[in-house]
Amino acid sequence: MTRPIVIRGGRVIDPSTGGDAVADVMIDDGRIGAVGRNIGSPDGALEIDAAGKVVAPGFIDLHTHLREPGQEDLETVATGASAAVAGGFTAVCAMPNTDPVADNQGVVGFIVRQAQRAGKARVYPIGAISVGQKGQQLAEFGEMVGAGAVAVSDDGKPVMSSHLMRTALEYARVFGIPVADHCEEMTLAQGGAMHEGLVSTRLGLKGIPAAAEEIMVARDIILAELTGGHVHLCHMSTRGSVELIRRAKQKGLRVTAEACPHHFTLTHEACEGYDTNAKMNPPLREAADREAVRQGLRDGTIDVIATDHAPHHYDAKEREFDDAPNGIIGLETALGLAVSELVESGLLTLPELVLRMSTLPARLFHLPGGTLATGAPGDIVVFDPAAEWEVRPERFSSKSRNTPFAGRRLRGRAEVTIVGGEVVYQRT
Amino acid sequence: MTGLGKDLVGLEPLSADQLRLILDTAEPFKEVSERQIKKVPALRGKTIVNLFFEASTRTRISFEFAEKRLSADTVNVAASGSSVSKGETLVDTAKNLEAMRIDMVVIRHGSSGAASFLGQRIASNVINAGDGKHEHPTQGLLDMLTLRDRFKRLQGLKVAICGDVLHSRVARSNIWGLTKLGAEVGVCGPPPLLPRNIEELGVTILPRIEDAIAWADALNILRLQLERMTAGFIPSLREYNRVFGVTTERLKKAPKDLLILHPGPMNRGVEIDSDVADGEHSVILPQVTNGVAVRMAVLYLLAGGRPGPQQAAGGEEA
Repeated sequence: MTRPIVIRGGRVIDPSTGGDAVADVMIDDGRIGAVGRNIGSPDGALEIDAAGKVVAPGFIDLHTHLREPGQEDLETVATGASAAVAGGFTAVCAMPNTDPVADNQGVVGFIVRQAQRAGKARVYPIGAISVGQKGQQLAEFGEMVGAGAVAVSDDGKPVMSSHLMRTALEYARVFGIPVADHCEEMTLAQGGAMHEGLVSTRLGLKGIPAAAEEIMVARDIILAELTGGHVHLCHMSTRGSVELIRRAKQKGLRVTAEACPHHFTLTHEACEGYDTNAKMNPPLREAADREAVRQGLRDGTIDVIATDHAPHHYDAKEREFDDAPNGIIGLETALGLAVSELVESGLLTLPELVLRMSTLPARLFHLPGGTLATGAPGDIVVFDPAAEWEVRPERFSSKSRNTPFAGRRLRGRAEVTIVGGEVVYQRT
Repeated sequence: MTGLGKDLVGLEPLSADQLRLILDTAEPFKEVSERQIKKVPALRGKTIVNLFFEASTRTRISFEFAEKRLSADTVNVAASGSSVSKGETLVDTAKNLEAMRIDMVVIRHGSSGAASFLGQRIASNVINAGDGKHEHPTQGLLDMLTLRDRFKRLQGLKVAICGDVLHSRVARSNIWGLTKLGAEVGVCGPPPLLPRNIEELGVTILPRIEDAIAWADALNILRLQLERMTAGFIPSLREYNRVFGVTTERLKKAPKDLLILHPGPMNRGVEIDSDVADGEHSVILPQVTNGVAVRMAVLYLLAGGRPGPQQAAGGEEA
């Protein structure tokens, strides 16, 4: 029996009801008990003062790499879940590119159990679309869903076969799960190390044109229309992609999309000096692309903010740009970047931010949470949108340190994170 | 104060004054190679490692001659393939060399950025002898020196770089170096072999080789790698020669005689015909000669040699 919690005097934002007012939130028996003014304190309740802070349903990341099983030196379910709660996330969806691949109920169930042992954030596995992420034979969606998978994706191994993508979208309808796609036309992208443009020309690095992403976005939209399946487009990075999704949504297709903090914050200029912490896939693009992603988040063309948290060991990044792996960690900087880049600039209100980081992620992947409705899971973040802090990777809970944001000053940080009615993170 | 900084990783970071300093310093070094005893003591006691991760004949030998004519002690490390395939990382290789107390590293590497990566991590001077598709600064400098020898100026000179600009570090170093010293640069090649946004570097795109020939004072003709054909960039070498080859017939239509440069090694009959390569306007061999002088100048300046290089080239080895 966990202690009841009363969070007092915060600005309570609940996009699921449109609520936005100073109030108290009471959590009892692991669930939201009440939201209102001057809630009485149950016996033995833990009181949390949230004056001046925001109280919201906990953030949910639809795109996280936890590296376990297989690469536990980079991250484990436990360290990734710790990083999540430190960033205000109460749940993360774990991509299947583990070793072995999460393409069967055994691996999916293992990840679920590791998350339960860790007892921090909730972890929802995403199963592979194809056996071994090899792009040929469909993985056993039904058994994976039975073991806890909430979506399927071949993640960084783009589904090049349109036939496979079609069958995945059709078959996924049986289970009501989305198919998340990393959109990259491999014959155009092969060997590319960064965005194709002026900077890649100057640095002499092979570029990945925006078209490599957009071709697959267009294909996936067409297949969503053909199949009636739900396609979720991962980490959208180009102006053309945003435009394609906007039109698909106007047509009423079941297409949803996510964008990452690095794509709405940085441009390909961050690769100057061959900084391997600016190497990711999709790559950082041009200013016009970044602006399109921001506008997409503003008008809802892009539904959610996801991190693409991708831990790598420091010496894997300490090498020639061509040979360095793609990706950066993001769980502990996402809120700060979103507040600093989107809220401070007036693109999003705080309720819109919570919508894109909590309520909509829950809705898209049919997850519990994302709401403060009575009886909903007691998954809550208390964050200070005005707190200014400096990114110090050495203080991260993640095992890895690969971030291009070291030393950057951000506004907005999680103060308390509660999962299932238990305080799993409190800033010290 | 050498005026160049610690490393030479490219011509992009250099100012016009720094470029002129290197070219001017190279002048007296030309004469050293014409002497009976081709040696000056400028780098006596300095240890230089030539770290070549890619095959190279001309550049490696040119650097080695430059080092030896300056009396440096040199070691050649030819690592076949990348450091990764060797199992040791580039930074480990370099730190091990540095632990043997070396003064300079000349590096040739298949990955763009390898030279600056190294320069940021070791205290020794690092000279880029070609990194991936990024830069080949000493090649750019020797091309500039050769052009300046013939035209007595670079300001206002029109230089067309012809061929596979996309994959060429020579092209990038030429573009930076020449435009900084006031030359006009054009690029000419099949569009799949021209990099994206290249015009934003301040160069003119010349769609056909005939346009380049009509426009330029000098052509710098790049080597066409055979693998560009199998990778689908061009249909065939034969067609490349037909459409983009520099031939005597095409040159005859030029309004003036064009100086012909090529960084080598040449594919005779592909990007350049033999009678052009061997013709009276070809400076392909003077380029090679100038390569040694330019590299002596760079080594000398990075080692802390003072500008006003008469001191450097003066005095034979006792």
